[in-house]
Amino acid sequence: MIRSEILTEIAPILRDQLVVCNIGIPSQELHAIDDQPSNFYMLGTMGLASSIGLGLALAQPKPVIVIDGDGSVLTNLGTLPTIGNNAPANYILMIIDNGSYGSTGDQPTYTGKKTCLAGMARAAGCDNVVEVRDLDTGAALQQALAAQQATVLVVKCDSGNAKMPVITMDPVEIRARFMQAVARR
Amino acid sequence: MNIDKRIADDLVANDISFVTTVPCKQLAGVIEEIDQRDDIFHIPANKEDEGMGLCAGAWMGGKRPAIIMQNTAIGVTINTLATLIQYYRMPLPMLISYRGELREPVACQVEMALHTKALLAQLNIPTYHFHQQSDVAEFDTILKYTFMCNKPVAILTDATFWGGYGEQ
Repeated sequence: MIRSEILTEIAPILRDQLVVCNIGIPSQELHAIDDQPSNFYMLGTMGLASSIGLGLALAQPKPVIVIDGDGSVLTNLGTLPTIGNNAPANYILMIIDNGSYGSTGDQPTYTGKKTCLAGMARAAGCDNVVEVRDLDTGAALQQALAAQQATVLVVKCDSGNAKMPVITMDPVEIRARFMQAVARR
Repeated sequence: MNIDKRIADDLVANDISFVTTVPCKQLAGVIEEIDQRDDIFHIPANKEDEGMGLCAGAWMGGKRPAIIMQNTAIGVTINTLATLIQYYRMPLPMLISYRGELREPVACQVEMALHTKALLAQLNIPTYHFHQQSDVAEFDTILKYTFMCNKPVAILTDATFWGGYGEQ
């Protein structure tokens, strides 16, 4: 499965949760598949989805699901120790690990070679790290939500992108409706 | 006057309860002070752009954030300031140690000091420079201004403000 197929499958789980979604094609795919006010789409700033989601989870009690990518985690590796030492029980970091920089033309990342993000997360102090195949994403995500403990979920899947339109919504509108969703829930 | 305590008091008085830091020796006292405050959740970051991501999330979750960092971090965070904090219009007080100014013992620090104000000006970031200890009196007003306008705001604090490095 490629990322967009996974997002389509888990959309019914995501739509009731606060979601922070990674820059580029992941946000475009989620926006096209199931746009929700409770989705925070990153339009720039590669690498910070996991950090934004962590700040959000620490600031309020509702579950937060971060949809991140292997390339973006690699560009902000300092996030893993911060998560490992601070993540509250309502934090789920789901890394869609397709071994490539999808938004820029599927150039390979090092996770498709020798580098193991799950191992790096464990070494950084993350206690609950789960690696699954694409087909098992929905079940693993539901399990993580039910467990009510900080979870890093690494989803190994195929490289590839769906053709989706660029998000043209104003960033202040994305942020304002997301904050309303946070306050409402 | 204990400026570390004064700064922490002003943060608390302005309901700032989420502070991320990347250390600088000039900031050691204020970081220690913040770490001891029950009203402030202190989360050290490994890099300043990561810290700004944490602050963005905390603010959307209903907490008022602040970041404490060195001026060299301006070089690290330009993209994050432009495409996250400013683009989504978020408030972020940045208490910044202004290394490379008068009384600086490390020559390399001067190199980023030369660019600091120019970069902040290029980014249209409101910038205040604390040089005398009495300048701390404006900190409270600057915090109020930051959360009024929802912008990143820089407070540069130089060696003279912090009382030098002790060796001079």
